[in-house]
Parts: sequence; C-alpha cells; structure tokens
Amino acid sequence: MEIHGEEKGRFLFNLSANLRAILRESPRHFLKLLILPLALLWVSGQAHAQQPVGAVTDNEVNEVARDIYCPVCENVPLDVCPTQACADWRTIIRQQLAEGQTKEEIIDYFAVRYGEQIRSAPPRYGIFWFFWLIPVLGVGLAAIFFGRYVWQLQKRPSTSKPPGVTAVAKEDYLAQVEKELGKK
Amino acid sequence: MLADIGYVTVIAAFAVAVYAVAVSIYGNWKNDWRWVESARNASIAILGLVVLACVLLVTALLQGDFSIDYVWRVSSREMPTYLKVTALWGGQAGSLLFWNMILAVFTATAMAHKWHNEHERYLLPHALAVATVTQVFFLGLTAFVENPFTQLAFTPADGNGLNPLLRHPGMIIHPPMLYLGFTGLTIPYAFAMAALITGKLDEGWIRITRRWTLAGWLFLSLGLILGGRWAYDVLGWGGYWDWDPVENASLMPWLAGTAFLHSVMIQEKRNMFKMWNMFLIILTYCLMIYGTFIVRSGVISSVHSFAQSAVGPLFFGFISLMFVFSAYWLIRRRDELASENRLDSLLSREAAFLFNNFVILAILGATFWGTNLPIVSELVTGEKITVGSPFYEQVNGPLFAVLLLLMGVAPLTMWYRTSTQRLGIMMRWPALAALVFVAILFFLGIGTWGSLLGLWIVTFAAIITLLEFWRGTAARMRSKNEPVWVAYANLLARNRRRYGGYWIHVGVIVMAFGIIGTEFFQQEIQINLNRGESVELGDYRMTFNGVRQYAGPDDLIITEASADLYHNERYVRTLYPRTEFYTRSGQPMSIPAARSTIGEDFYVLLILWEQTSSASAVFRIYLNPLINWVWAGGFIFVLGTMIAAWPDPVDNTVAAASVRRRRPSLAAGD
Amino acid sequence: MSEITHQEKVIDGQRSTTRWDAILIWGGVLALLAILGWGLLQTFNSPPTDVAPGFEMRFYDGYHWDEKAVAHLDDMQGQIVVLNFWASWCVECRLEADLLEQAWRDYRDRGVVFVGIAYVDTEQHANQYLEEFGITFPNAPDLRTAISRQYKITGVPETFFIDRDGRIVRHIIGPVQPAVLTSLLDSMLAN
Repeated sequence: MEIHGEEKGRFLFNLSANLRAILRESPRHFLKLLILPLALLWVSGQAHAQQPVGAVTDNEVNEVARDIYCPVCENVPLDVCPTQACADWRTIIRQQLAEGQTKEEIIDYFAVRYGEQIRSAPPRYGIFWFFWLIPVLGVGLAAIFFGRYVWQLQKRPSTSKPPGVTAVAKEDYLAQVEKELGKK
Repeated sequence: MLADIGYVTVIAAFAVAVYAVAVSIYGNWKNDWRWVESARNASIAILGLVVLACVLLVTALLQGDFSIDYVWRVSSREMPTYLKVTALWGGQAGSLLFWNMILAVFTATAMAHKWHNEHERYLLPHALAVATVTQVFFLGLTAFVENPFTQLAFTPADGNGLNPLLRHPGMIIHPPMLYLGFTGLTIPYAFAMAALITGKLDEGWIRITRRWTLAGWLFLSLGLILGGRWAYDVLGWGGYWDWDPVENASLMPWLAGTAFLHSVMIQEKRNMFKMWNMFLIILTYCLMIYGTFIVRSGVISSVHSFAQSAVGPLFFGFISLMFVFSAYWLIRRRDELASENRLDSLLSREAAFLFNNFVILAILGATFWGTNLPIVSELVTGEKITVGSPFYEQVNGPLFAVLLLLMGVAPLTMWYRTSTQRLGIMMRWPALAALVFVAILFFLGIGTWGSLLGLWIVTFAAIITLLEFWRGTAARMRSKNEPVWVAYANLLARNRRRYGGYWIHVGVIVMAFGIIGTEFFQQEIQINLNRGESVELGDYRMTFNGVRQYAGPDDLIITEASADLYHNERYVRTLYPRTEFYTRSGQPMSIPAARSTIGEDFYVLLILWEQTSSASAVFRIYLNPLINWVWAGGFIFVLGTMIAAWPDPVDNTVAAASVRRRRPSLAAGD
Repeated sequence: MSEITHQEKVIDGQRSTTRWDAILIWGGVLALLAILGWGLLQTFNSPPTDVAPGFEMRFYDGYHWDEKAVAHLDDMQGQIVVLNFWASWCVECRLEADLLEQAWRDYRDRGVVFVGIAYVDTEQHANQYLEEFGITFPNAPDLRTAISRQYKITGVPETFFIDRDGRIVRHIIGPVQPAVLTSLLDSMLAN
C-alpha cells in the first residue's frame, strides 16, 4: 500500500527485506535523505547522543520489532524497515517497553489495530491453530501411510536374488567395495 | 528500426514454435518421421530467432536506444557497459526473453541427440512437443503481453537506470543461474511425459536426460546459494534466507529435484519405483511453473507485486493445462508403472532412498503449505496473515534434522539388505565420537538442546561420509598397491557418481554446520556511537572514527563510516560500512562491511533511517558464527556435482548393455 | 502409491474399484488450482462501485459523530457521506486536509457528513495530525485494516462519495481538488 503515483516493482529476482522496504519508500523519507549532505555540516551533537541509564535500548526494541511485520510494506519486519511509518511504530514499541509491556502484549496491541498480518507467523488461537496443526498432522498421517506402504512392500514374496550379500565383518565390506570398484 | 525487427522476430519465433508443436504431434500421429524432423529443425529455427532477438535487445541496451520502453526502464546513459548487458534480465520483459533463449538452447540441444536406438526414437516427438509447448507459452507472453521491443511514443533523453540493488555481482549471476536450473529441468520432464504417453516406461528416458537433470539441478542449487550470498552481502539484514514466498518458489522445485535425483538411482539399479520417479519429475516441473506463476502474478504478496496485467491469468491457464495434462497421463499409466520388485529389507539402500523421498516430500509439503497459507487464510478466515521464518523454522527444522541423519546413515546401507549387525558396527564409533564432541560443547556451556542435537547429527554424518572416502581409498591401496593420493584420485575417477555424490553430501554437511552456527549462535547489537566511542561484541571491539561522503559512479552518493576493529584488543583492520543513495531513483541502500574468518563474521551495518554524521552514527553489528562454512559448503557442493556429472565412458557401454538386457520386458504400450 | 493398490488387487484376487491414488492426485490438483484461481481473482478485485460496504467506526476521542463514540455506516443513511482515507505519514494527504475541513464546516448543516479513516496509523500521530490541521469532522482508526480492505484502496489519500441511499457516486484517488469537491457535493445535494 503506498502513496499514489509510485511505480510498483516488476522484478523476478530474489529480493529481500531491505529492497521491499526501499521499493516502498515514502516521499517524506526521500526528502529526509536529501538532507543527509547537510547533516555532515552539523557540529553539535545529535539529540540522542547518549542513552540515559534505564532507557529502552535499541536491542530491546529490535527484539520485539523482529517479530512484527510492517502493516504497509510487503513482508518486511519492523527491525529492518526504513520507512517513516515503521520508525513511528518502533517508537511505539519503545514507549510500550518503557511502560513495562511484554513482547506478547505489544504484539497483541499491534494485531488489534493492524490485523493479524503483522505477526511473523500465524497466530496460535482459534481457527488459526489449524494452520499449524495441519502440517504437523499431515506429516504424521503421511508417515503412518508411508510406514504401511513400506511394510507391505517388504512383505511381498521375493522375486529377485540379492548378489550374495552375507558380509558382516569389516574385511568383507572392503571386499565388497573392491568388487564394486572392479565392475561398475 | 531495430525495435521493429526485434518485435517481429519474437512473434516469428512464437509462430515457429506453434508450428513445431503441431507438426511433431501430427508426424507422430501419421507415423511420418519427416514431419518430426521438420519439428526438430524448427526448434533450431526458434533458437536462431530468439538468440537474434536477445542480441538485438542487448544492442539496443548498449546503444542506449531509449525509444524502446524496456531500454528506458532498465538502462541509462551513465551505467557501465557490463551493467547494460546484464540489464537484459533486469526487468520483466527482458527476463522473459532471456528465459526463452535459454529454453530454446536446451530444447534444440536435447532434441539434437543422436538416436542410436529405434526404441528411444519413439520418445522424440512427444518430448519435443512437451518442451515446445512450454516454449510456446513463454514466447507467447513475450511476443504479445510483455514484448521488450515495445516502443514509446517519444524518445526520452535518458533512461531510468537499473534498480540499484541489481547492480551487484551476485545479482547479476543469480537470475541466470535460476533460469538455467528451471529450464534445464524442463527437459527431463518432457522426456518423462514422452515415456508416459508412449508407454515406454523403462529407464530409457532417465538415461537420456540424466545429465540434464544433474545440470539443471546444479544450476538451481547455484542460483539458491548465490541468492543467499547476495542477500547477505548487499541487502543488509544480516541473513541469507528468510523463507520469503519468492525464495520458496525456487526452493520447492529444488527439493523435488533432489528427491528425484536420488530416487532414479533405485530405478537404474533395480528397476523399481518407476511411479515415484515419474511423480517426482512431474512434481519438479509443476512446482517450477507454479513458482514462476506466484512470483509474476502477485497472487501471494511478496516483494514482487506486478501490476495487474494479463500475465497472471495467462499463467494460470498454462499451469492448469500442464497440471491436468501431467496428472492425466500419470494416472493413466499407473498400473504399468507399478514395480515388480519388492523391498527386501527395511535397512536396505532402496529403503533409505524411499525414506529420503518421504522426508523431502514432507519438507516440501510443509513449505508449500506455508507459502500458500496467506491465500488459504484469506479465503477461510477473511484475515490476511504473514507466514515468516518462525513458522518454517519450527516446522521444517526437525524435518531437516531427520534428513541429515538419513544422509549420514545412507552410505552405510547396501542394496537389497544390510545386516543390522553390520549397520550397528559401522554406526557405533561415529555416533560415539560425535557424542563426545557434543558433550564437550555441553560442558563448556555452549549451545541449547536443539543446537546440540543438530550438531550431533551433522558431526555423525560428517564422520561417516569421510570414513567412506577412507574405506574406498584404503581398499584401493590394498588391492592395487597404489599410494594414498593416487588411490584416492582413481577412486574418484572410477566412481564419479558415488564419490561425487559423497562430496555433495560433504558440502551439505559443511553448510549445515554453518546454518546451525548462524541460526543458533548469532549475536546482534544495535548501538548509537559518537565519534571515538567503542562497542564490544564477543571478543571484538569496534571504535567509530567518523564519516565521509563522496560521489560514486553513476549517480551515486556514498556515505561511508570508518570503524576500527580489534580482536582480543589487537587491531585487526578498519571496516567501512556505507549507505549508497542513487539520486535518480531515490533509493537508499545500506551496504555492510564484514571481517570474515573461518570461525565467524563480524558484520557491520549503518542503520539507514538514523542520522549518520561524523559526530554520531547508529550501527547494527552481527556476530555470525560459522557463516563462511555456508559458502565453503556451497563451493564443495558444486565441485561434488561436477565430479558426479563428469562424463564417464563406462556409462555408455553399460547403458547399452542394460538396454539390451531389458528389452524383452518392455512395458505395455508398444 | 500404486504399489499398494496393485498389491491389494493381486492378493484379494478381485479388482479394487476405488482408486485412492487417482482420487488423491486429482483432488489435490483441483483443490490447488481452485485456491490459486481464487487468489488470482482477489488481485483483480477492483474497489466497490455501487453499494458502499458497511463497516463499524470507533471514533478517536474528541472526534465523535453525533455524540456517539461508536457508529456504523448504516447509521448515516439519509445523509451524504464523504469517506476519506488518510494517514499522518502520508505527505499528499496534507494537501487536502485544510480543504476537507473547510468543506465540512460549509456543508455540515446541509446533510453532509465527512468521515476520516486513519489508515495504518498510530493514535498519537493521528491525533497530532488532526490537531495540526484543526480538523473537527469525525475520525476513526482503520482497526485491523478492515475498512481499507473492504474498499480495496491502493494507497492514501482516497476519497469515496456516498449518496443518501448508501451508493458510491464517486471515488477519487489522490488529493481532492477544491472545484471538484464543491461541484460534486452540490450535484449530490441537488438530486
């Protein structure tokens, strides 16, 4: 979802988080980047030079942001998304962490406002449980059927003779290898 | 002028392809080989036309003919020459044309095969038709929907230029590798369908296409590895794989291809499990076209939201046709495909390969489920959901562990049966040694249960595989009296498939070590540093020196930070992470700087959205243990595949002999 | 796989009529195609053009409609509704903010309701934006992106003009132009 007038990307290739976010750059961020050269002229320190003791660190924010996906961009987690909107959301995460909210609570907060798509994996309640259950059950069931299939294969009467494999000891194995090396 | 020729050339290629399909079917129906020959010649004509079209497009790119829409989109005056050439696959229309060219090359080459065998000649018309139907579809897209030679109403002064993210070496070679892989795998599929349709269900089609399968699979593997490497080097999120739908679209055919590669060995050795092999190659092809469909149609949201065009529905039509066509013939011939042999023992190599099939299909199923889940969810619950790494890690992780374990044990199994006693003896010491290794780690306080289990499995597999080399070499040394290196070289040379395969396994094991290292032991820190300040991570300390800004080639503005790296307080080197900004496209990128050793990478990124100045900058630093094992493993993997694929003069005589032997038992359908 | 059914046929001595493998394969293929086809259709879905989809609004504090904190679009039937999607992080939205507020003040007594829907925004920033432009018409967050998905918007700002019977008369993508706004409202009021 984007500001109007922006071209959508049309590439085949295997692009990753940054590209997704970057392709979805908002004009406001574009302007911000033009200011970068000017920023070099700054002599005085930045607003956030030192982090006061007890404040929420970037790492703690990232810890939560990693598992929240940007509601607007495609498939970008908040810890790598460069847009202004994502920066706003990271600020919210920071505020909530400072208020003592847990990661779960923060994610739920986002989910209520922006939908379940912000979760990095399908939620684990209600009908969504099936989304997890189905692959697990599927593999389990498949394993059972596969087991039956293999068992039945094994029980069929033998039609071909194995080439005299009675080797047990190591030396016999080597003999086997040599035999196989001799022929092809 | 050039654009007009190009435009017509593509349409002509499409027409010839349609002719080729029609004529090969007709010739087969009327049993008139001349028509089939004509079709075969037509495939060469298609090749010529498509190559011409590519040459024309590249010429237009090099000349900077911006009256052509595609050239305007992906090229610009100040781009370096090599980029102008690679811009051929830099956008949708060009990449489709490029795909067509590769497919044409492969089809023409495969069909030029000399048909020694009357018996095998029956396959030709059908294989040609199936491969060319694929060509018809993609050429149709190129000719009528996404023609790269479409012209603009006016001629702009300059073009847009290639997307900045595509201007790196990894990105230049990654798409061609993938295309080579996908189209390479079309050939075995075409022959498999030919076998199904004609009823010639013995392993003839497998033998003819074995090198194609291996080559296609190799290129696909390369494409995946290079894609990961490129993501790691350039895209700046510290990782190399995140289970994005587009990544999965390439992974799934690769998984099916891997299962197929293994499974055909059973058919060649013991003429069993034909149904599996048919099923697997069909699955590989279908996953491949399904993958290109979801990528280009925007059905599953990912980076690639293509504007709504006719591409989506046309693709849907094509995949529907091919799915139904494949399913129909597979089901129609299933009785003939049923194998006569049986499984002598659950501990045999055949059984191991079967288990292998099963585990790979389980991973494939889970991945397929996860990839399609967003659509299913919207259909069923009305809610969109995201299926990210946590889902795949939890569901696929255990399955990969089982697969690796299987990979470790499989070389110990023998055809027909392996005695439990022997198997136990062979597994005992490697298992113990691996356990000792893991126990040491445990007592050193390193690792969680999951990672330790993974490490045990991988170490176990590594020891067994390496022992296989030793045993083989020792056997040769003993019997032929050769010194170690000669024995080893001869071992490889005489048994390329087996030992090449073992080298591939070694590659996988090394990669697995790397993946376990980065997945379980990665450390990360994000911190704002003022000039002169330091940050510590692991045994490293990094000090921020300052920032400089300069203009780069093209229309680039580069903001580069300089930071000194110390390991155990000794100066190692200076790192230069930077952000790149292409003024024309307004897209910023953060390019990491890394110090790589065997043990780990110290990987630094500038945070794009934070202010970077000489006074202060925000860095994100990753410590990625064993990451370089992933790339090294990939390299070994590729080497192993090349060893395994190297032509072996012995192959042909044995193949001919086995065909003569098997003739009387040809399947029904003659 | 077919080996099992083949085996069963041989052992039982009679031809099994249900071919599970065939059913499984065809079922799988058709189910997959159905899902993909449906997904493809979704990407082609265009925004509503006739009946305006109904939805619930939980207004921001201070931006209630008719003293109500929660309302449904149906509650507004009988009035002309100007449904405007915006976001505080949207630069283009700022171009029309003043215009919309002015038009609200001009037309509110004539049976026209302006409703702003904050798309994927945060309460804090949304409120700041509203205060900055002195907005007084009702505004609500697009909870769970439900409303924007119903209206299939492709970005912000987008504005839907809904007549008294709940039908969408016009859908404007991008900032609204003053002349267009007044002429459209006038003609809708005249009908």
